[in-house]
Amino acid sequence: MSRFPELGLILALAAGLQAAPASAGPLGLGRPATPDEIAAWDIDVRPDGVGLPEGRGGVAEGEELYSDNCAVCHGDFGEAVGRWPVLAGGQGTLTADRPIKTIGSYWPYLSTVYDYVHRAMPFGAAQSLSHDEVYAITAYLLYLNDLVDEDFVLSRENFLSVRLPNEPNFKDDDRLQTETFVFDEPCMKDCKPGEPTITMRAAVLDVTPEGDGEGSLE
Amino acid sequence: MSDESRQPKASRRAFLTGSLAAGGALAAVGAARAAGDPAILELPDWTTTLGEGVDANPYGMPSEYEAHVVRRNVPWLTADPVSSVNFTPLHELDGIITPNGLCFERHHGGVAQVDPAQWRLMIHGLVETPLVFTLEDLKRFPRVNKVYFLECAANSGMEWRGAQLNGVQFTHGMIHNVMYTGVPLRTILEECGLKPAGKWMLAEGADAAAMTRSIPIEKALDDCMVAFKMNGEALRPEQGYPARLVVPGWEGNMWVKWLRRLEIGDKPWHHREETSKYTDLLPDGTARRFTWEMDAKSVITSPSPQAPITHGKGRTVITGIAWSGRGTIRRVDVSLDGGRNWLPARLDGPSFDKSIHRFYHEFDWDGRPLYLQSRAIDSTGYVQPTKDALRSVRGVNSIYHNNGIQTWYVNENGEAENVEVS
Repeated sequence: MSRFPELGLILALAAGLQAAPASAGPLGLGRPATPDEIAAWDIDVRPDGVGLPEGRGGVAEGEELYSDNCAVCHGDFGEAVGRWPVLAGGQGTLTADRPIKTIGSYWPYLSTVYDYVHRAMPFGAAQSLSHDEVYAITAYLLYLNDLVDEDFVLSRENFLSVRLPNEPNFKDDDRLQTETFVFDEPCMKDCKPGEPTITMRAAVLDVTPEGDGEGSLE
Repeated sequence: MSDESRQPKASRRAFLTGSLAAGGALAAVGAARAAGDPAILELPDWTTTLGEGVDANPYGMPSEYEAHVVRRNVPWLTADPVSSVNFTPLHELDGIITPNGLCFERHHGGVAQVDPAQWRLMIHGLVETPLVFTLEDLKRFPRVNKVYFLECAANSGMEWRGAQLNGVQFTHGMIHNVMYTGVPLRTILEECGLKPAGKWMLAEGADAAAMTRSIPIEKALDDCMVAFKMNGEALRPEQGYPARLVVPGWEGNMWVKWLRRLEIGDKPWHHREETSKYTDLLPDGTARRFTWEMDAKSVITSPSPQAPITHGKGRTVITGIAWSGRGTIRRVDVSLDGGRNWLPARLDGPSFDKSIHRFYHEFDWDGRPLYLQSRAIDSTGYVQPTKDALRSVRGVNSIYHNNGIQTWYVNENGEAENVEVS
């Protein structure tokens, strides 16, 4: 204990003031975030590689990690157990009646795989994987989607060399440009001929609120 | 309530109730007409005995007779109730404000139980000074109060292929509308000093999903808020306690709950919830991304499958809600004959920007079947389309943003059903 606690406080405040202002804005609320604090929470990764940490991991390590941490829900080959998300396959199904949207068939960017696995997986044990482990699992997911060979090693250095097949097929929202019928003056009287005919009934399907319905959110 | 005098007595009313059940409804009506209504002639317990004191319910709950007005979920929709959704009981609500305990829930990693003393909001990236705020700091900013709807992008998503779920709670109940108290995001960002290169903002939650979405800076500076109260009280844990992002008019996924971090950047992040999810697959295999606005939409909440007509012919109230992520609701039309003819409905109550609006249509029902529809028109002139019109462009696999016109078939008995009509 210092004999002069007040003096110590004053010195600390002075040091803080020299390092950064108490806050930037006109209201003087909040306090500067420290570099360590930002590093602790800033875990996001972008398609251009910004945010990728140092590290590396190969398909072989990824397979072992995946078997231990992921396969119970996502299946040994990314095919999924029950209603858990499918991670692999489905290439060429996006125009099918029942598309299978996976990393290989649908996702545009590999960075999203790294970012999401790191921040939210395994389900129930989020942010428990090391950087190298996430690289390895990401490499294995590429392998399951037939996008790399079994000896592939993913790292921060070669990350941007991997492109996912469906990247070109996303476009920004164009609803108001392509669905202009929504601005047509609506009909008020005698809009359709004849009597209404029921073409579909929810009561026939009978999945409210329980049952094995066709639809799904995931 | 140990006091003997407060116990319900075995009264003549109980005897009458028993005989009513045994005798059937018709006999009861006859008896009531002959001698008068027992509900009037007999003094009920609540008139003759004392009720609960003011110390009984520090935080009140609805009447026991309203126990059916609850959120419900559909187990087959998702793999696990922790990353799932439940539904607001729209068929039982009126006005425009959703009670906090009935606001639908959508979580991706369950409900985070955040200690408000441990809550921090960090803002960093392309700012002059990255800052950290406590909840106490947040409450020292100038506040605003705004009523907004929050609609899940997947609301009505199970209906793309046709009528599936039989109740407005399930077809349209991924929505709520409350008054938020909070701080304009612009004020908070200005405290950090935005750099000109900052074009996008990443919002991140503190839950086990660490939910992230990219939001253009124009929207962040326009009408977004960091809210800490809803309908006057603290946010419910399931709605992001102690603070959430409010993104008026835009899909609910972007309203990041348990908000912990805002990063300013020069490009979008393309994270999982804006690539794998919340992108809208079209028939040609391409997909729309960044479909942020929730378009004009409406639905009749009563009558509806969970709220049939029980009074027979005669005066009947049709009511429903309309909303638009692009502005206010200018008009709602109602059709009784499956879209052959339309009448303007009566809008009632306040009309707020990007809020639910309440409409009514009162008429004499002649007992013939009804094919009820409603059609919203917003302040931009956008007219709510039919489901078929949407399908003609989007097919049936886009999951999100189904704002097509809903049809309820009401039969001669007043029972209502979710149908599609030609």
